Amino acid sequence: MIKTENLVKSFGETTVLKNITTEFYPGKTNLIIGRSGAGKTVLLKLLVGLHKPTEGKVFYDKVDFFGLDSKAMRNVRMKVGMLFQASALFDSLSVEENVRFPLDMFTNMTPKEKAMRVGYCLERVSLEGVNTKFPSETSGGMQKRIGIARAIVLDPKYLFCDEPNSGLDPKTALVIDELIKSITEELNITTVINTHDMNSVMEIGDNIILLYQGEIAWRGSKDQVLTSDNDLLQDFIFASPFLQRLRDQALAKGA
Amino acid sequence: MIIQNFLAHIGRYFHLLGTAIARPEKVSMYYKETMRQMNDIGVGSFIIVALIAVFIGAVTAIQFAYQLQDSFVPRYYIGYIVRDTTIIELAPTITCLVLAGKVGSNMAAEIGGMRQKEHIDAMEIMGVNTAAYLILPKVIGALIVIPMLVAIAAFVSILGGYLSTVPVGLISHSEYELGVRSYFIPYNITLMFIKSVVFAFILTTVPCYQGYYVKGGSVELGKASTNAVVFSDILILLFDYLIAMVFT
Repeated sequence: MIKTENLVKSFGETTVLKNITTEFYPGKTNLIIGRSGAGKTVLLKLLVGLHKPTEGKVFYDKVDFFGLDSKAMRNVRMKVGMLFQASALFDSLSVEENVRFPLDMFTNMTPKEKAMRVGYCLERVSLEGVNTKFPSETSGGMQKRIGIARAIVLDPKYLFCDEPNSGLDPKTALVIDELIKSITEELNITTVINTHDMNSVMEIGDNIILLYQGEIAWRGSKDQVLTSDNDLLQDFIFASPFLQRLRDQALAKGA
Repeated sequence: MIIQNFLAHIGRYFHLLGTAIARPEKVSMYYKETMRQMNDIGVGSFIIVALIAVFIGAVTAIQFAYQLQDSFVPRYYIGYIVRDTTIIELAPTITCLVLAGKVGSNMAAEIGGMRQKEHIDAMEIMGVNTAAYLILPKVIGALIVIPMLVAIAAFVSILGGYLSTVPVGLISHSEYELGVRSYFIPYNITLMFIKSVVFAFILTTVPCYQGYYVKGGSVELGKASTNAVVFSDILILLFDYLIAMVFT
């Protein structure tokens, strides 16, 4: 489990996050949602230690992450997998080498064991026969899946996904969502997803926090989204008239 | 404000170097990367370094021959002057200035590009000491290969002096050979290697620093690459002067 306590982040005079206290649970897909500029990416970067908090703490299973020295921090990070918005695959390495990179760097596995592990991870994300291709030779959806394969290759306890569906068509986005959800449940990992994709919210949102101007404006699950009377949530989720009509129809049917 | 900025850069540069000098997570990965860097820097720069060196030697020899016209200075001094100016100054300094442009800008762009594409963040999150993994192999590779390149440049430069003067009859083969063999001070070779090691360190660490902390987009990356070359060149010339002061 990951827990934050009174997390504050300021850049100069501007305070981007204010008193964020929340929990992200293992085996569940924890979503951070909010409009652009709400502080989602900053919160995600704080959670993985790419930013340091101005105030407050982040706990990984009761361990104060920012209280650790750099070596201990790196040890925690070895249990973390992350899928980046632009996948962040190494251009000069093949798909197989990209996925194998953490194994090469941190394990003493034999080449055969590494090949088996890479093969398993690529198979897990439904990518086979692309081992020798380079990232530039694959589609956006495939790159996301390669990113997921690389993120899970060291058997992480925590998985972070920054806008996993950005730039993908709705069908492929759904595949990625389902993949993340199934991996989360299968490996019982704590998954934190930063998204503003409404399909993701309604499909895989086990635990959702809505950020608004750097503060938590709402928290709940996908089942509570439709019935919530939180104006900010309703305003964010059902931003378009089309979605508003759908919601009204759904509520009318429910009634 | 300028002084504050300058001191902040100095502090951050040394902090980065401190982080980079760390025990590798996996020696074999660092070894592989060091070999790649040695190949890129050494083999990749061989032709340009040799080409520049041969012309430097040639021009030095021709111009010195021109200055000796109608003088009482023996002509074999041409070989002697070409050898010493090449070994003491031209081979290490010009080679490293050229390498700062070729290798340094490449390093700044490579690391800066990785920063912008979140590759460095991805490695950090995996638990990799990115300062060490991205910088240390480059520095070690350069410290090994650049002195070799400088030694080759010195040899080729002396050869260039020969080719530009002997075949055209400005000086005879035996005179040039006598000059090259005259008044040889082995310490000058040590000086050449001291310079090449110091310059190699500068022309790798400064560009790595510029690339590692790049922010923004392609314009900033271009600026970082330019700054890497400009600051490396300035520091190489400054340290050339300091080494000359201290060691000669």
